[in-house]
Amino acid sequence: MPAILDVRNLNTTFSTPEGTVRAVNDVSFAIEPGETLGIVGESGSGKSQIFMSVMGLLAKNGRAEGSVRFKGKEILNLPVEELNTIRGVKMSMIFQDPMTSLNPYLTVRRQMTEVLEVHRGMSEQVALKTAIDLLDIVQIPEAKRRVHMYPHEFSGGMRQRVMIAMALLCEPELLIADEPTTALDVTVQAQILDLLGKLKRETGMAIALITHDLGVIARLADRVMVMYAGEIMERADVRPLFKSPQHPYTQGLLRSMPRLDEHRINRLQTIGGQPPNLQHLPEGCRFRDRCPYAFDRCAIEKPLLRQVADGRVKTCHLESL
Amino acid sequence: MSVADITLASQPEVKGRSLWADARHRFLRNKAAVSSLVIFCIIVIACFGAPYFGLRAPDDINWELESWGPPNLELGYWLGTDGNNRDLFVRLLYGGQVSLLVGFTATMVSLVIGVIWGATAGFLGGRVDGFMMRIVDILYSIPFIFFVIMLTVVFGRHITLIYIAIGAVSWLDMARIVRGQTISIRRREFIEAAEASGVSRWRIITRHIIPNCLGPVVVYVTLTVPNVILIESFISFLGMGVQEPDSSWGTLVSEAAVVMEIAPWAIIGTGSMLAITLLSLNFIGDGLRDALDPRDR
Amino acid sequence: MSPAPLLSVQDLKVHFDVTRKRLFGGTPAIVKAVDGVTFDLKPGETLGLVGESGCGKSTLGRAVLRLLPATAGRVVWLGEDLHSLDHAEMQQKRRDMQIIFQDPLASLNPRMTVGQIIAEPLSVFNPDLSGTEVKNRVRQMMAKVGLLPNQINRYPHEFSGGQAQRIGIARAMINNPRMIVCDEPVSALDVSIQAQIVNLLMDLQHEMGMSLIFISHNLSVVRHISHRVMVLYLGKVMEIADRDSIYANPLHPYTQALNSAVPIPDPDLERQKDRIVLKGDLPSPLNPPSGCPFRTRCPRATEICAQIMPDLLPAGPTHHVACHHAGPRER
Repeated sequence: MPAILDVRNLNTTFSTPEGTVRAVNDVSFAIEPGETLGIVGESGSGKSQIFMSVMGLLAKNGRAEGSVRFKGKEILNLPVEELNTIRGVKMSMIFQDPMTSLNPYLTVRRQMTEVLEVHRGMSEQVALKTAIDLLDIVQIPEAKRRVHMYPHEFSGGMRQRVMIAMALLCEPELLIADEPTTALDVTVQAQILDLLGKLKRETGMAIALITHDLGVIARLADRVMVMYAGEIMERADVRPLFKSPQHPYTQGLLRSMPRLDEHRINRLQTIGGQPPNLQHLPEGCRFRDRCPYAFDRCAIEKPLLRQVADGRVKTCHLESL
Repeated sequence: MSVADITLASQPEVKGRSLWADARHRFLRNKAAVSSLVIFCIIVIACFGAPYFGLRAPDDINWELESWGPPNLELGYWLGTDGNNRDLFVRLLYGGQVSLLVGFTATMVSLVIGVIWGATAGFLGGRVDGFMMRIVDILYSIPFIFFVIMLTVVFGRHITLIYIAIGAVSWLDMARIVRGQTISIRRREFIEAAEASGVSRWRIITRHIIPNCLGPVVVYVTLTVPNVILIESFISFLGMGVQEPDSSWGTLVSEAAVVMEIAPWAIIGTGSMLAITLLSLNFIGDGLRDALDPRDR
Repeated sequence: MSPAPLLSVQDLKVHFDVTRKRLFGGTPAIVKAVDGVTFDLKPGETLGLVGESGCGKSTLGRAVLRLLPATAGRVVWLGEDLHSLDHAEMQQKRRDMQIIFQDPLASLNPRMTVGQIIAEPLSVFNPDLSGTEVKNRVRQMMAKVGLLPNQINRYPHEFSGGQAQRIGIARAMINNPRMIVCDEPVSALDVSIQAQIVNLLMDLQHEMGMSLIFISHNLSVVRHISHRVMVLYLGKVMEIADRDSIYANPLHPYTQALNSAVPIPDPDLERQKDRIVLKGDLPSPLNPPSGCPFRTRCPRATEICAQIMPDLLPAGPTHHVACHHAGPRER
């Protein structure tokens, strides 16, 4: 069975008055059916821009090159009409701010049934029933009544649920979730994470979960890809990655987080320096100037993504940590 | 002095790049705006330098020539003569002094009153804001031309009246713009930080609020100057403005318009001078807006 | 005998009138952002304020500094009620109390250099200080918060978020204040930078001895930095206790739910963890539930909760809880 999403040598650049910014640099990965791939990184790591490229949603000054195959079909830089038969249908995206994908002037009912009528050829009656069922699935109480409301009449957590229901309308095979819980309170975040976990188990759809929160990754992801300055630093199954991170950056991220489950409170370990500035990256390894293990070779030779164990790749000269 | 202090003191200071410097950089890359600025400067220098360039006097009547005569390059009458056999080009430059002065003075008046009024209303808020802005609304509702006619009826025709009339009206927009800016800046956290640091209200207005509203204000100023010049020309065109022997661009265009059919060069010359000035000021304003607010591009 | 408190907040209420003014009538609407909060802050102590959006934690922080007016109650600073001082007297007190903001760039005036920003509170209280002296003090403070002093003439937009937050901290520290309100100081920062700022605040407190009121929705960070923690929900105190009690032995069902909702960066622990998932969203602060505000989402709610707001009662030497059914979590 082919991968749901197969990204090869993706390069995304933005041309700005100050010069070209390389947001995504030679990134390759695949998402298998039914799996949840977590993508972690700080601001400027390119984690969102990968999927904006995949969805054809780059800003006007952005350019994506390389190859993105959805179930074997090349979709990168397809004309909009062709892309629209896949995006929003077989592959949907949800965002941090639900209002980016909800139209404030239309009722939830209008927005949902329209998609169902156009893409799934349903009659209005069937479409309305399907919409209400979907709102039930995402646990909106009194879905029958609320389907007639406008987006602004929902609370923050409810809006997030409505957006998830909208993304599920065409039973997508891949759901791209870009920081889906970042704007939510912890108790509401817990609800949405539960919902995503339930959807994953019950529908078997693949999920690309983009977040900066390693706790969210630990809860939902099967595999994890750690991004820094537009490159993949490390990719591994979730348990080995958390148990024994093999890249100094992954290790640093894990150590710099205060944890609720630790018994003694020690001084936090930090990653020195600042998040990547894509216009002033060091020669050689991009993480070198913040890396506690950096040695001579890191400055001269850029490390390449290489396999270090079964199902595990990293971009680092060190054999092990 | 400790060792640490010495090492600290020995490092050379890095020069910062202010938002103004960034804006200047962006402005200088805008070709249309920069060439407009050059043209506008040439016009200003020509008008105000006219007495020192050895040109003839604006009231120098040449009986040899016919009135509304065509351009005569040999004698140096580049735009010909006006109805009283005077050099039209020279009169155009001297008239420019009046027009530009009205433009700048009225704009300065509107700038000072508008910024102080708007910043105070926006910063203090509440009832004070309501009261101050209602005054603005009332002044707004007075029809401008009636206001000018009333002034001329009561005080007679005088150039100062034009300054007062235009200045009194054009600060209203400025006050509204500055008030809007102030209200949005007031909600920003650096104002709260200043309040928490015990900075006085006056200092918050002058150091934190006004410098941060200056961007839109500068843009608005460059767009007010041509507007005021146009208003002055309009009033003079109606015959309520500058009186003989003085002239302004408005009176010159008005006189030339009457003889358009027999002396088309007169209206073309005076009209283009006015148009070029207004156009270049508008280009400068657009360039400044793009430079000061890069998000809009 | 414990030392006298630096700050004593007594039954503080901050209400906002958000009535939409209409020509005829309009329904009156009051948001009780802070509704009867009482606590003490000792010198050198860090009090963590946690709660979700709309719980009033930022409003409380600002009312303590009198950046917002109090509707009722007292904020006693070294024996004096701040809200009864006149404007000039209050300005004098501001030397000793400061604030750090969530969005570091928004809290710095973009038209001023770093040097001017940090120097401003210093010059307000020491107008006679010479230019060189001000500059020296600013450079020393910059070095102390981990900024290169030779960057003194740069502008805020030339710095990253973490460095901008250091500038904000330097401005707050320049007068050597006795208390700093930190309003979500690390929430807008990247994970790797959060740890740097938390460590810096803890180091500065160790060295200079100021008290901190640390406001955050991130329970892990609050646990790390605080000596005591206060949990707020819709403007009311649910529980206040020393750090170890509130995390190891929370008695309020809301605190327990909050604790269990925080994801732990360990896949095995996180997936096996027995979580309390609360029903629904936070109620609108415009129309809070009667009695205990948490009752609509509380797994232990009974009839009495709808009628009477429970008092904040002692549950241990350093532990207070406001719940009719307070008690450890049942497993």
